[in-house]
Amino acid sequence: MKLGYFPGCSQTGTAKEYDISLRKVVEKLGASFDEIQDWTCCGATSAHVTNHLLANSLSMRNIALAEQQGLDDIVAPCAACYNRLVTSQHEIQTHPELKQEVELVLDKKLGKEIKVMNLIELFMKIGSEKITANRIKELKNLKVACYYGCLLVRPAAITHFDDAEQPSSMESLVELTGAKPVDWNYKVECCGAAHTLARRDIVLDLSKKILDDAKEHGANVMVVACPMCHSNLDMRQRAMKREYPEHKDFPVLYLTELLGLALGMDEKELGINKHTVEFKYNELPADKAAV
Amino acid sequence: MSSHNHNHVHTVADDIKEKTFQDVSLCYQCGKCSAGCPVRYYMDIAPNKIVRLIQLGFYEEALKSETPWLCAGCMTCSTRCPQEFDLAKFMDAVRELALEKGVKVNKNHIVKFHESFLNQIKRFGRSWEIGLIAEYKLKTLDLMQDVDSAPDMLIKGKLEMIPHKVKDKKSVKNIFSRTAKK
Repeated sequence: MKLGYFPGCSQTGTAKEYDISLRKVVEKLGASFDEIQDWTCCGATSAHVTNHLLANSLSMRNIALAEQQGLDDIVAPCAACYNRLVTSQHEIQTHPELKQEVELVLDKKLGKEIKVMNLIELFMKIGSEKITANRIKELKNLKVACYYGCLLVRPAAITHFDDAEQPSSMESLVELTGAKPVDWNYKVECCGAAHTLARRDIVLDLSKKILDDAKEHGANVMVVACPMCHSNLDMRQRAMKREYPEHKDFPVLYLTELLGLALGMDEKELGINKHTVEFKYNELPADKAAV
Repeated sequence: MSSHNHNHVHTVADDIKEKTFQDVSLCYQCGKCSAGCPVRYYMDIAPNKIVRLIQLGFYEEALKSETPWLCAGCMTCSTRCPQEFDLAKFMDAVRELALEKGVKVNKNHIVKFHESFLNQIKRFGRSWEIGLIAEYKLKTLDLMQDVDSAPDMLIKGKLEMIPHKVKDKKSVKNIFSRTAKK
């Protein structure tokens, strides 16, 4: 199975391990990526909150390149990129006047809609049978809080993905690894997202509430599918400890890393050693392991 | 999209409609958006009240509020609105108009973050974290924050010393020049 790939900027920087683990897991499951050549940033939060034409033009440049390359569907592992690519396509398809404006900016006629898949949709497409068939290790010591955040599920009218308030597709994937998903309350709450530099206080507050709720519901690890969420929930734990001294480290993994462990890869191979909060499956403290 | 009425003066509400394709009068002020907003606690004016200010023509008050800038764009409000009014998209338009009209926003670190972020894309076509952090710090003189996480990220090889550059520079340049505010 060959799929179009839009890595997005984070995958080449702060979320390198997400890119590394994704490529390894996908290869192991018999699929491969055809990266969009010379892609640009989707504009992320900063473009759409300040200039809607800029935001739509940056996203649609990538869609136009994908079409030119003959790609029918694209995987966008970053939830924010996924959301921007899906939203921009929806906007220009429903508003011909906007489509015209974007075409003028890009000097290009825009064609058909291209299916953009988020990380969970990718693994649903690859299929649970493939994952189960390739599983080497049963991650039975893990109790997982599946964190969706905002941009995978909202707005439901545009993403058409899972349930916006009570999603469960990530839990279904996690179960395939032998780990046990927990029921908890904060799976679609916001981590503070792009406020990470300008309003770190807000990010620390919101992210801590998410981590606390996961702990209170018996989880010993959190799993995410967004680089921005990961940096707020993992990297910011250092600052969190200074702001809230009672805070205890809590590991946060990308879904691809969890799948990689189940497929027999080790932490280093998957880039888990790049996280701020350490995670080693074989060294899970006994009191944190599931009974 | 000009007005239907010859005497109609083009208002901020009209600008918002042009940018978002939705009418601000859809909102009947139930307040469900503000009830579920994760950053409401930090805002000077509740999100539904920003909509109300626009509905009533208090444009300046709405545009100079910190609220739109604090909105994290999580879209919880848009998902729950009984009128299917996309409030997150409305907030995008309010911010865009505040910039277009040169409104002074109280706390502008968030604006400086967005400027710094977009400048990297303008230069390279892609985001570059070191450039972003350096530019943001210079703009805000907020030098001490994050000194703890940056070395850690460098050691772990997460920060690229050299930016990744898009080859087709002309298309990036055109996107920025053609969408720039007059």
